[in-house]
Amino acid sequence: MRYALRRTGFFALTLWAALTLNFLLPRLMPGNPAEAMIAKFHGTLTPAAVRALDVLFGVNTNQGLWSQYISYLHQMATLNFGTSLAYYPNSVSSEIGGAIWWTIGLVGVTTVLAFALGTLLGIVSAWRRGSRLDSVVPPVFVIASAVPYFWVAMMLILIFGITMHWFPYEFGYYVTTDKPGLNLTFFQDVLNHAFLPALSLLVTTIGTWILTMRNTMVTTLAEDYVRMARAKGLTGRRIMFDYAARNAILPNLTGFAMSLGFVVSGAILIEYVFNYPGVGNMLLYAVNSADYPLMQALFLLITVAVLVSILIADLLTALLDPRTRTAG
Amino acid sequence: MAAPYVSTTPPAEPPAGTPIEAAPIPSRGQSGNALARIWRAIRSNRKAAVGSAIMVVFIFVALFPGLIAHDDPEQDNYAPKMGISTAHLFGTNQYGQDLFSQIVHGTREVLLIAVLVGLATTAIAVLVGVAGAYLGGLWDNALGVITDVLLVIPLFPLLIVIVAYAHATSVWVMIVAITIPSWSYTARQLRSQALTLRSRDFLEAARVRGERRLYIIVVEVIPTMTSLIVASFLTNALYAVLFSSSLQFIGLGNSSSVSWGETLYWAQNNAALQTGQPLWAIAPGACVALLGTGFALLNYAFDEIGNPALRPVRRHRRSGRRSRARAA
Repeated sequence: MRYALRRTGFFALTLWAALTLNFLLPRLMPGNPAEAMIAKFHGTLTPAAVRALDVLFGVNTNQGLWSQYISYLHQMATLNFGTSLAYYPNSVSSEIGGAIWWTIGLVGVTTVLAFALGTLLGIVSAWRRGSRLDSVVPPVFVIASAVPYFWVAMMLILIFGITMHWFPYEFGYYVTTDKPGLNLTFFQDVLNHAFLPALSLLVTTIGTWILTMRNTMVTTLAEDYVRMARAKGLTGRRIMFDYAARNAILPNLTGFAMSLGFVVSGAILIEYVFNYPGVGNMLLYAVNSADYPLMQALFLLITVAVLVSILIADLLTALLDPRTRTAG
Repeated sequence: MAAPYVSTTPPAEPPAGTPIEAAPIPSRGQSGNALARIWRAIRSNRKAAVGSAIMVVFIFVALFPGLIAHDDPEQDNYAPKMGISTAHLFGTNQYGQDLFSQIVHGTREVLLIAVLVGLATTAIAVLVGVAGAYLGGLWDNALGVITDVLLVIPLFPLLIVIVAYAHATSVWVMIVAITIPSWSYTARQLRSQALTLRSRDFLEAARVRGERRLYIIVVEVIPTMTSLIVASFLTNALYAVLFSSSLQFIGLGNSSSVSWGETLYWAQNNAALQTGQPLWAIAPGACVALLGTGFALLNYAFDEIGNPALRPVRRHRRSGRRSRARAA
């Protein structure tokens, strides 16, 4: 219980740090970037929108830094992130609400797939240590860790999208011919469009799962109880899954909980390359069109998602592995 | 180059690419044949050999780009969209620029960012990790919390926000922006290693001798951690390559400078893949991947030389066969 409280305390501290960072960054930069932004949209903004921007970025205000900070925190606590400038007059929250489901759908499903497939490959690779599979995995991982994600996506577009014409490589569905709705055509359309982005994510993230699982499994296989199982004459499959993998999967499981939070941040560049209508692409659009309210809110959203999942991963580890509870 | 146990300043790593000091062999002295030892390490470890070969080539290209590519990378008076020829090894793009020359001249900026960010982040990591762990008390607690908080805030979105406000108009802004939030991971690693060292006898001996704290940290603690410090330099350099290229790719760099990330940005902006100029995007991305692989290979090699347990099992060795026989 004390462990859970300590982790929750750290969670709160980090959340506060992220909020404060968001508050200080635009104010620390030479020449407040928000001033240029407001000047650009001068006249089109309603007084209420200008007031929200004032609180967010501290423009044209004669308040001290401290009272600015208080009203900023208050505005954040009431989830008022202001008006989007790039999508004026829509509010930031409604814009994010429209985009987030695309990201959760694409990256969420792919993360589950990568986890399942990668863990299985890791188990087999460790079980057949020294086999062809096991000798191929580590060097491939070394190279994969150095390849930029977005470039993998571009190469897949080049091969499967442009050269072979197998899959579409832009947007979440055929924006000109199809209308979003609950019907089979639209569903197929979305799946078709998600294939290449999902493949790029799978290719770039699966290595971590394989390698983590393999390395823990190699250690577990050397344990006495595995030798004992062998001596009892159990089948290889039984030993592999019920004895070794079951105990080796913990790092991967907590890693899985954690990676669900990185769902939102991990796919930024891949969404950008595919022009996918998710929050990652939206973040870059906000940056490029100087829509700082949208950018700030997305950064906070991503940070909170990561923090929550790290908290869950910590608690999960404590639940599954009693040793961490006492050691912590 | 300083041999292990002789270097006196914290960030005394060799420049990227020059093969690193050999494994921390637990004998003092013998500093005279350090070069011979490095040479032996490179020859006996395939990862080290390939990694240093990649580095040597890129460093040479970065130092003398004019010797390799005779065209001015910004000059745009060739025929547009030319294919591969002996005059233009990678062809030309739609502006009539020679792509080979852009790649060759773009090497310097990437390597500069990698080395400087690697050195700066490692210096901060050593300062925060080692000094904090050794001094203990309030300082250690404060530095530890800052490291942990920075560790869980998602790095790439944070970088996007920082660079979006700062406008990376020059390579120096880029270097500072990447350095500020990126040191926490290696600081954490160095810290936990330094904590295990704290109660060792040789440090106790130094304390009894009445040495000053600074002397103990610089002369006794840091040299013992050389291998981890070099590994931290290589890790951070790899991330600097990937982060800077990604930031430039999404348009947050200085679009008039010559570097691989900028070449990728212009290729994406002009839909190079869709308009039949695939090499415009393939070549710079492949170079990023190759340079990153160089850093990663050196890092793994360094780990293996220092920690024999990690060395891969060779397929034809007896140990592999035995484990398979056992599995059957």
